[in-house]
Amino acid sequence: MRLAAVPSESWRAMALNPLRTGLTMLGMVIGVAAVVAMLAIGQGAQAVVNQQIASMGSNLFLILPGAATSGGMRMGIGTALPLTAADAQAIGELPTVTASAPMTSGTAQLIHASNNWSTLVYGITPEFWAARDWKIDSGEMFSETDVRSAARVALIGRVVAENLFGNADPVGETMRIRNIPFTVVGVLAPKGQSLDGRDQDDTVHVPLTTAQRRLFGMQIPGAIRFIIAQSASLETMDTTEEEIKRLLRQRRRIPPGGEDDFTVRNLTATAEAAAISARAMSFMLGAIASVSLLVGGIGIMNIMLVSVTERTREIGVRMAIGARRRDILVQFLTEALTICILGGAIGAALGVGGAWLAAELADMQVVVTVAAILLSFGFAAAVGLFFGFYPAHKAARLRPVEALRYE
Amino acid sequence: MSGASLIRVEGLAKRYGNGGEPEVEVLHDIRLEIRPGEFVAVMGQSGSGKSTFMNILGCLDTPSAGHYYFDGRDAGGLAPDELAALRNASFGFVFQGFNLLRRVNALDNVALPLLYAGIGKGERRARARRLLEEMGLATHAHHLPNQLSGGQQQRVAIARALANHPRVILADEPTGNLDTQTSQEVMGIFQRLNREQGITLILVTHEAEIAGYASRLVRFLDGRIVHDGPVHPQ
Repeated sequence: MRLAAVPSESWRAMALNPLRTGLTMLGMVIGVAAVVAMLAIGQGAQAVVNQQIASMGSNLFLILPGAATSGGMRMGIGTALPLTAADAQAIGELPTVTASAPMTSGTAQLIHASNNWSTLVYGITPEFWAARDWKIDSGEMFSETDVRSAARVALIGRVVAENLFGNADPVGETMRIRNIPFTVVGVLAPKGQSLDGRDQDDTVHVPLTTAQRRLFGMQIPGAIRFIIAQSASLETMDTTEEEIKRLLRQRRRIPPGGEDDFTVRNLTATAEAAAISARAMSFMLGAIASVSLLVGGIGIMNIMLVSVTERTREIGVRMAIGARRRDILVQFLTEALTICILGGAIGAALGVGGAWLAAELADMQVVVTVAAILLSFGFAAAVGLFFGFYPAHKAARLRPVEALRYE
Repeated sequence: MSGASLIRVEGLAKRYGNGGEPEVEVLHDIRLEIRPGEFVAVMGQSGSGKSTFMNILGCLDTPSAGHYYFDGRDAGGLAPDELAALRNASFGFVFQGFNLLRRVNALDNVALPLLYAGIGKGERRARARRLLEEMGLATHAHHLPNQLSGGQQQRVAIARALANHPRVILADEPTGNLDTQTSQEVMGIFQRLNREQGITLILVTHEAEIAGYASRLVRFLDGRIVHDGPVHPQ
C-alpha cells in the first residue's frame, strides 16, 4: 500500500515540470531509437547475406582448372589441363561427397521472334540441382536422357524469360541460342544475386553435352569449365577438400611436391566471411547507438541530481512527517525509471519507424525483432536504475534536520 | 498533573564540528521531563540551543551524548527508519515558514503523512478533508499554498501535523511570519487542541505574549536551561 502510493508522488512531481521531464526523456528516446534502428539495419544486412548463402546451396566446393606453371611463370586460371566430366564423376564417388556436377559456361546471344538478349549459358547435369537447391517455377527439369542425347532443351531464368517472351509463358516455346533452335522446358524460380553480385536469374541452363558439342566447342573432348561438389555436411568439409585434392592430383599425375594445377574453392568459407563482416557491422552499429543511450543516461543522472538539490527542503519536510529513507529512494528512483521506460517506449516506436523509413527511402533490408526491442527496453530500464540510483540514494541519505534547514 | 513522563531527557548534549575544527557544544547536560498533556513554551535568544533541542525532541536530529526517552523508549537506539516511523505516528511539526509542499494543494499536503503511514487513498482524502474543515478551510482544499494567506497556510500545516493523531505537536516559532491577529487565531487553535484533545504542545517562541498561551515556560541560555516553571506564577 505504502510503496504503491509513493510512485504517484514521483509522477506528480514529473507532471509539474513537463519541460524538464520531456527534455530528459528526449535523451532516452534518441538513445533507444538509435539502438533499435541500428539493430534493425544491422540485422537486415545479416539477413541479406544469409539469403545469399542459402541461395548458393550449402557446403559447396567450386573446382576450377588452375594455372599452369611454366618456367616459374604462372599463366592464370584455365591455362592448365582442363577438367573433364570424368573428373566430376570420380569426385562424385568420393565417400563424403553427396553431389558432383560438371559444368561449362559461355556467353551467347538468344533470339526469340523479334527479341534478342545476351546472357550466360551454363551446361549442366541434373545433379546440379540437387547441390544448388534451385526450384523450377513452371515446366520441368530436363532429364538424364536429354544430357545423353545432347538434346536442344533449355531452362531459362526469370530475367531471360521477361526479355525474350515478355509476359507470355515461355514453356514449350522455341528460342535460338547462337542461332541453334532450343525448346524452353522450364522457367527457374527467382534466386537473386550471388555473393559476387551476378544476377542468378539472368542465366540459361542447357544439358552439359549440348553445351559442349553444339554451343561452346572445346579443344579437348569432354572438357568442362568447372565442377561444383557438395560435401555431406559442414563437418566433412575439410575431409572432402582433402579427398578432392588427393584424387585430382592422382588423376592429373602431379608428382609429390608438385604444385596443384587446379583450385578447390570453399564457397561456404567465402560466404561465412561475408556473414562475419555483416555481424561485425551489426555489432558496430549497435555499439555506436549504445553510446547515445549512455549519454542519455548521464543526462538523467544530471537532471536528477539537480532535482534532488532543488527539492532538498521538500525532502526534509517529507522526512519530518514520516517518510522513511526507502520512501524517498523509491520516489526518486521511480522518477528516473519512469523517464527511462516511457522514453524507451517512445524511442522503440521511433526506432521501428526509422528503420521502416530507411527500408522505404534507402531501399535497405531491415529486420525488426521483438528481441531487439526488448533488449533496448531492458537496457533503458537498466540505465534508469543505474543512473537514477545515485541521486535517489543521495536524497534518501539526507539528514532530516539539515534538509529542513536548506535554503 | 501526575503519571509517567512522555518525554524525559537526561544529560543531553549536542556538539557540532569534526576533524580539525574545534567542536562547538550547543547543548550542555540538559535534563527535562514533560508529562502528557502539557503545554510548554521554550524561550531563549537565537543561538541559545532551543531549536537544536526541539529537533532532537522531534527525532529530526540525534544527541551527541545523554539519553532521550520518548514514552519510556530510548530514542537514541533507534535506526533512521524507526525514527521516521516514530515521527510519523507520534509527532506533528509546525514550522515558522509553514513548509508546505509548494506545488501540492492543501488537501494533498494534509494527506501526505497518511501516505507514509500506509493508509489507503480514499481514507487519506476523507481524513484530510475533515481536518481542513476543522481548521475552517473546507473551501480551500484545492488551493495551492501560494493561493492562501499566511494564516491559512499555517492552519493547513496544523491540519497536516494532526493527520496521524500525534501525541506531541512541536511548533517552532509558528507565529513568526504572521501578524498579530492571525497569531492569536493560531495560538487559539493550539490552546484548544491542548485542552480539548490533550495533545502535548511544545512551542518555541521569543515573544512573551505568545509564550503566555502556554502553561509552563522553559528558558534556554547558552545551551543550558536557566529557568523552568509555570508561565503564570501564582
